[in-house]
Amino acid sequence: MDAKGNLQRKQIVEILDRTRRGHIGSALSVLEIVRVLYDSVLKVDPKNPEWDERDRFILSKGHGCLALYVQLAEKGFFPKKELFKFCAADGILGGHPEKATTPGVEASTGSLGHGLSIATGIALAGQIDKKEFRTFALLGDGECDEGSVWEAALFATKHKLDRLVAVVDRNQMQCYSATRDVLDLEPFAEKWKTFGFEVRECDGHDPAELSRIFSEIPFRAGKPSCLICRTVKGKGIPFLENNPEWHHKARISDEEMQALRSAVEAR
Amino acid sequence: MRKACLEAVYALAKKDPRVVFVGSDIGSGTLDAFKRDFPDRFFMEGVSEGHLVGMMAGLAMTGKVPYFNTIATFITRRAFEQIFLDLGLHQLKVRLIGSGGGTVYAPLGPTHVALEDIALMRTVPGMTILAPCDAAEMKQLLPQTLEVEGPVYIRLAKGGDTPVGGLENESRLGTGRVLRRGEDVLLVSTGVAAQVCMSAAALLEKQGKKAGVIHFHTVNPFNFNDLYKEVKNVRALVTVEEHVLTGGLGSTVAEALADRQIQKKMKRVAFPDAFVHRYGSQDFLMKQHGVTPETVAAAAMELLK
Repeated sequence: MDAKGNLQRKQIVEILDRTRRGHIGSALSVLEIVRVLYDSVLKVDPKNPEWDERDRFILSKGHGCLALYVQLAEKGFFPKKELFKFCAADGILGGHPEKATTPGVEASTGSLGHGLSIATGIALAGQIDKKEFRTFALLGDGECDEGSVWEAALFATKHKLDRLVAVVDRNQMQCYSATRDVLDLEPFAEKWKTFGFEVRECDGHDPAELSRIFSEIPFRAGKPSCLICRTVKGKGIPFLENNPEWHHKARISDEEMQALRSAVEAR
Repeated sequence: MRKACLEAVYALAKKDPRVVFVGSDIGSGTLDAFKRDFPDRFFMEGVSEGHLVGMMAGLAMTGKVPYFNTIATFITRRAFEQIFLDLGLHQLKVRLIGSGGGTVYAPLGPTHVALEDIALMRTVPGMTILAPCDAAEMKQLLPQTLEVEGPVYIRLAKGGDTPVGGLENESRLGTGRVLRRGEDVLLVSTGVAAQVCMSAAALLEKQGKKAGVIHFHTVNPFNFNDLYKEVKNVRALVTVEEHVLTGGLGSTVAEALADRQIQKKMKRVAFPDAFVHRYGSQDFLMKQHGVTPETVAAAAMELLK
């Protein structure tokens, strides 16, 4: 984690002050991944979100949306003041990303196991039309319990979608508890390899490492890529880290708000 | 009807490069000509309907118009969430062609019987729902689906369905098609119930009653004005469908009349809200469950008493 990571965590805490609810643990888990994508990987145009040649990014684990909204606001897809109307009646930012309301959101997600399928279709359309753009889907590891993820993986391999990248936020936690207790995914990297992906693993909170690995896409010509990012759910706020109570928190109290603020200020 | 439908998809593909065909492990030889002429737009995929609907959402987001064909139940029941969210919420131009609407696959048992497909699809906002009555009508309607905004569900009948004939008016998507006029009672159909209604009208004529028939190949959006033009002058109406009572055509018509405070004597002839545990042919099951010209005529006579 670096200075920008701290700054964005402070921003997320300030956003929560208004709504007092959100999937904060997931947002902090994917924060560096989404940030690096928007800072140095994705070719997008905030002035023209529907630009044909853009790279596509789908936050398949839609509940991590605070991390996405912070990047989209920073890049100018919408005014920063919208961030502070997260989940509010007069806002454009819902508790899960929605294409119809939020500029820069590629697909409405929130129900798990949809994003990779949508991404394969976008990548296939690009392949039919011989386009250069790339398509990224960011999945949670808990999301990989869904069978549709593996249906999509088989499809991506069959069609040699090497402009498709499945990025997995491997924080080893899901809503109830640890993934190994709820539904063990191991050997996880091996599964993606067996399904035909070229797989890399990295520290999902190290912007330099993420940036370097993303620059190597496709990891192998003719194969879809999978990047498994080792992350910590709630990263950067000690009492949130790996704490299932903060998977989705509603009615955050004044005391909890103060504790969140103190934690991000202390860094 | 399936042949007419898929041939029309092939014809569309010839004229429009956006058209893509996707099947999920359906019968060998399906659309061989399409595959031969447009191999980069023909996709025969695995048994993975949920994924494929999501995948087609991605295709449609990127400018393609996918036509998808597999068994109706595996589209409407298996992939419902992908239909609702990926297609409905994004209002994408994906066309879902459900083989074996109604009881066509009754010999194969309840997993393959699609008697609630229209009800399910009606709950998806912006979903256009088509249930043509015969191959000729399918041939007229399918090309019109290309430019429809949002998703479209197309219910296929058995194939070799009795041609309906009737008045020589064109089947325009989104309209009711008047098959015959009569001032006593109006019979309202969708899908192959059009044939049932035409036969029922002939039976009624023998009993001295003049029945009109209006056929809704487009159940959603429902064209109430077309219904109203025919229903306003009759004493009663009977809706007829190869579908359960809940959420189908009869339900659509009753809701539309109630919403407008229009009082008419009405009966719904449809399958009961129950699982079908009998096998046998489509004809057999229609008879077993009272979706026949005789029951429709009897329902009409009862209302006209």
